[in-house]
Amino acid sequence: MIINRDSDRTRVFNRRAAVLGGSQALLISALVGRMYYLQVIESDRYRMLAEENRINLRLLPPPRGRILDRFGEPLAVNRQNFRVLLVSEQTQDVSQTLDALGEVIELSEYDRERVQKEVRRRRSFVPVTVRENLNWEEMARIQVNAPDLPGVVVDEGLTRFYPQTQTAAHVLGYVSSVDEDDLTGDPLLQLPGFRIGKAGMERQFDLALRGSGGTSQVEVNALGRVIRELEREEGESGTDLMLTLDERLQRHAAERLGAESASAVVLDVHTGEVLVMASTPSFDPNAFNRGLSQREWNALSGDPRAPMTNKAIQGQYSPGSTFKMVVALAALEQGAISPEQTVFCRGHTDLGSRRFHCWEDRGHGAMDMVQAIAQSCDVYFYEVARRVGVDRIADMAHRLGLGEVLNVGLSGQRAGLIPTEAWKRATLNESWQQGETFVVGIGQGYVLTTPLQLAVMSARLATGLKVEPVLTRQIMMGGAVVQRPPQAFEPLGVDPNHIAVARRGMFEVLNGPRGTARASKLRGDGVQMSGKTGTTQVRLITMAEREAGLPDGDEIPWNERTHALFVAYAPEENPRYALSVVVEHGGGGASVAAPIARDIMTEVLRLDPSRKPRIDEDQIAIAKPGAPA
Amino acid sequence: MTDTGFLAARLRRGDMTIKEKLWQMSWSLVLWLCIIAVIGFFMLYSAANASLDPWTTRQAARFGLGLVLLLTITMIDIRLVMRYAYVIYAAVFALLIFVEVRGVIGGGAQRWIDLGPINLQPSELMKVALVLALARYFHSVSLEDAGRPVFLIIPLTMVALPAVMILRQPDLGTAMMVVMGAAVLFFMAGVRLWKFVAVGISGLAAIPIVWPLLESYQQNRILTFLNPERDPLGAGYHILQSKIALGSGGLFGKGFLQGTQSHLNFLPEQQTDFIFTMLAEELGLVGGVTLIALYSIVLIYGFAIAIRCRHQFGRLVAIGVTTTFFLYVFINVAMVMGLIPVVGVPLPLISYGGTALLTIMLCMGLLMSVYVHRDVQIGVRGGYDDG
Repeated sequence: MIINRDSDRTRVFNRRAAVLGGSQALLISALVGRMYYLQVIESDRYRMLAEENRINLRLLPPPRGRILDRFGEPLAVNRQNFRVLLVSEQTQDVSQTLDALGEVIELSEYDRERVQKEVRRRRSFVPVTVRENLNWEEMARIQVNAPDLPGVVVDEGLTRFYPQTQTAAHVLGYVSSVDEDDLTGDPLLQLPGFRIGKAGMERQFDLALRGSGGTSQVEVNALGRVIRELEREEGESGTDLMLTLDERLQRHAAERLGAESASAVVLDVHTGEVLVMASTPSFDPNAFNRGLSQREWNALSGDPRAPMTNKAIQGQYSPGSTFKMVVALAALEQGAISPEQTVFCRGHTDLGSRRFHCWEDRGHGAMDMVQAIAQSCDVYFYEVARRVGVDRIADMAHRLGLGEVLNVGLSGQRAGLIPTEAWKRATLNESWQQGETFVVGIGQGYVLTTPLQLAVMSARLATGLKVEPVLTRQIMMGGAVVQRPPQAFEPLGVDPNHIAVARRGMFEVLNGPRGTARASKLRGDGVQMSGKTGTTQVRLITMAEREAGLPDGDEIPWNERTHALFVAYAPEENPRYALSVVVEHGGGGASVAAPIARDIMTEVLRLDPSRKPRIDEDQIAIAKPGAPA
Repeated sequence: MTDTGFLAARLRRGDMTIKEKLWQMSWSLVLWLCIIAVIGFFMLYSAANASLDPWTTRQAARFGLGLVLLLTITMIDIRLVMRYAYVIYAAVFALLIFVEVRGVIGGGAQRWIDLGPINLQPSELMKVALVLALARYFHSVSLEDAGRPVFLIIPLTMVALPAVMILRQPDLGTAMMVVMGAAVLFFMAGVRLWKFVAVGISGLAAIPIVWPLLESYQQNRILTFLNPERDPLGAGYHILQSKIALGSGGLFGKGFLQGTQSHLNFLPEQQTDFIFTMLAEELGLVGGVTLIALYSIVLIYGFAIAIRCRHQFGRLVAIGVTTTFFLYVFINVAMVMGLIPVVGVPLPLISYGGTALLTIMLCMGLLMSVYVHRDVQIGVRGGYDDG
C-alpha cells in the first residue's frame, strides 16, 4: 500500500521535475539570450557609451601671443604664475595643514575661510587654490617645508603680464575674465580662469593672440577623477603681435608728461607708423588681469583726469592756433590772400558790434602769412578766415586729416569735429554766423580734433603726402595675422609752394626771432624742429574779466585753465618725425606744451628709431612663447 | 559483486561508515563547485584592481571552511536531518524574530548576528530551514492529502510567517526567494496546478494592498525597473551602468583586469551583487555563458540526485536546495542585465560575502547528504525502519 502510494508520488515527482527542469532551462536560456542581445547585438552602442563614460575631453588653453614693440621689446607677455593648491584628500586635517602653510607663506583669514568652504564643497581629490601669484622665495619656502605640508601642491600656469605696467596701457589694453556677452562658441572661453582681451590691442587682435586650444583625452572614473592621459593634441599658441611703438620713446614720453592730464603722439612721417602714443594719467593693466576691487574701479572711473581714456584718440580738443596752418593753406589754395599780403593787427578786430581780440593786446602790426603763423596773430586769421569762408577751411582740414577717424585699429576712436555751414544747419538748425567763421579761423568754437589727428596733420604738412597712421606691424587678413604691406601715400593735392609757406611759418615759430615758441627750439647740432603752439580756452572769457585783467594761471581752478597744445615735425630740412602734444588745462602752448614737445623730439632724434633696422619675422619667432625657453 | 550487493543493503539501511560515505559522495560535483569558486577568486582579484586584498584571500578562506561544512553535513544521516527539520525551522524562525526585536530595540536595521568571521543572516538560513520543514511535511502527507486544501494550511503558514518577517526587515529579494523556493516545493509535492493559478491571481489582487506597505526605496526600485530612464543618475544609474558594462564587453570581453566600467567605479558593488557584470565585461559573452554553463551543470546534478533518490524527503530536499541555488543565479544575473529589479541577491560562489557562501555550502551539503543516503528507507514519520 505504502509502496504503491510512494510509486505514485515518484511518478508525479518525476513528471513535475521534468517540468521544473524544463522551465529552469528555459529561464537560463532567457538569460543567455539577454546576454547575447546586450553583448553582441547592442554591443556597439554600449561600447560607445562606455567610452563616453570613461573618456573626458579636456581643453588645454594655448599660451597667448605676446605683444612687442617695433624692436621686439615685450610689452605684454605671459608670466609663470605659481599657485599653491590644497588637495584635501591628501591631508588628515585641512585646518592644521593651513596653519602649517600660514607659517611658511602669508595667508589671510579670508583665504583660509575661502579654502575651508571650497574644500567642503568639492570632491576631496579636486585641488583648491589657496593663493596665486607666489614669488620665487615663497615657492622655495614651500618646497623646503614640503614634508610638513601634506596635500599642498604647487602648480604653475600662465598669466598675462605687462612688464611696462602703465607705459603703453591704453594701446595695449588689458585682458580680463570672460563675460556672458563674450561667449562666441569657442570652447576656450568656457574654461575657468580664461582671459580675453577687453580693451586696446588685446581686444582688437584677441582672436589672433588667443590661438587655438589643444585637447587632452583623459580617462576618468565615475567620480570624475583623472586616472591617466590617453591622448594629447597640442593647441596652437597665439600669434605674437608687433606694434610700431618704440617702448623707450613711449616710456620717455609718458615720463615727460608726468602727472599732467595729457597725451603725446609721435609719427614716422614716411611710414605713418606711430612711435609714441602716450596718454596720462594711465593705469596698470596687470590690475585688470588680477581683477579690480570695487574701490580700485571707482578710483579709476571717478578720476577727473580720466586715466581710462586714451586721450590720444579719444580726447577731443579745440586745436586753437595749431589750426592756423589749415586756414592759411585754405586761403592760399583759394587765392584769397598771397603769402606776402599783410593784415594790420591792432590787437583786435570788430565785426558789427562784436569785438574779436588778438592774444596780443597791443597788436602785432603788419603781418604777412609767415609772421602771422610765427607769432600766432589772431587778427590776421580772423581776416583770412572771413575771406575764405568756413566750408573751404573745413575742406582743407579734412585733407590734412582732421575731422575724421584715422583708424589705427583701436576701438573708441573719435572723429573730432570740423564745422561747416551745412553741418550747423543740420545739427543745430541755425544758419552760420560770420563771427563763427572768425572763431574757426583761430581753431576754436566748434572745431574739435584729437591729438592723433594733430600729429597726422603735422606729418602731412611735413611731407605734402596723405600720411595715414598705423599702430601695428601686422594686420588681420581672413582670420590670420600677416605682415602689413608697405604703404605708399598719395599726394595731398596741395600746391607744394603753399605748403612751403606754412612750413616756413612753423619754422619761424621755433627758430624765428619773434616765434611764439622760440624758447623751445632744439638745442645744439644744427637739427631744427618746426612747430606750432596752441592755447585754447575751455570757457568764454567775459568782457568784465578781460577789463579786470586776466588772472594768473595758478589762480584759476584746474578745470577752467586753458589747454596747451603743440604740433611739430623734425628735422626741418628732411622731416622724418611728426608729433603732437596736448596738455589738458596745462596753461599756454608755448610755455607748457612746447618744452615737452622739444624734449620728446630731442629723444626721438637721439634714438632715431626709423633709421634702425627693423627686426624680421623669423627673429620674432625665436622668442615665441610656445618654444621652450 | 558480493561487495556491491553487501553495500547496497547497507545503503538501504543507512548504516555506512564514514569511509564508505566519503566513497559514495559525488566528488565530481565538489570539483565543479571548486571550479566556480576559483573563477570567483579571480574575479574578486580583478575587482580589487589586481590585488588579493581585501577580498580574494578572505573569500578563499571562507570557501575552505565551506568545504569542511559541506563534508560534515554530507556525513550526517538524512533521517536525522528529517527528524530535526521542524526543530531547525523553529530555531531559525526564532533567530529571525530575535534580529527583528533587537533591530526595533536598537533602532537600527541590522539584519545579521555577528559571529566573528561571518555575519549570520537568519533570513539566509531560513531558505534552507524552510526547505527542510516543507520537505518533511510533504514527505508525511500522501499524494491524495496533498491535493486537499486543508492540508495546505500548515505549510502555507510555515511559508508566510518567515516571509512576512523578512519582508518587514525589509529585504524584498530574500523574501521573494523564500516564497518562490517554497512554491516549487508545493509544486513538486503534487499540489494541483489550478491552486497555483488561484494563488497567483490573489497575489496580483493583493498588489494594491501591499504596495503602500512597501518601503519607498522598494517602490522606487520597482518603478525604476519598469522604466530605467526615469532616473538615469539615481536608482536607474546602476542598471544602466551595468548594462553598459555588459554590452561593451562584447563577445570576448575587454580582457581580464581590463574592464573599464568596473575599474573606474562606474559599477556599484562590483565585488558583490554586480560581480557578474564585471565578469561579462572582462570575459565577454563567452565568459558569461561559460559560467552559466557551469551553474547549469550543478543544477543538473541537483535534479539527477533528486530523481535518483528513493525517498520523498530526500527528493524534496534535493529539489528544494537546487531550486534555491537556481534562484540565486537567476535573480542575480537577471538583475544585473536589467531583466528584473535590483533586489540585492548575490551570485553563488562568486560574490564576496560570508552568509550567502555559507547558505550555498549548506545547500550543497544537504544535496550531497541526500545523494549519499539516496537509498535509505524512511517511514512516513521519519523512522529508521518504518515500513
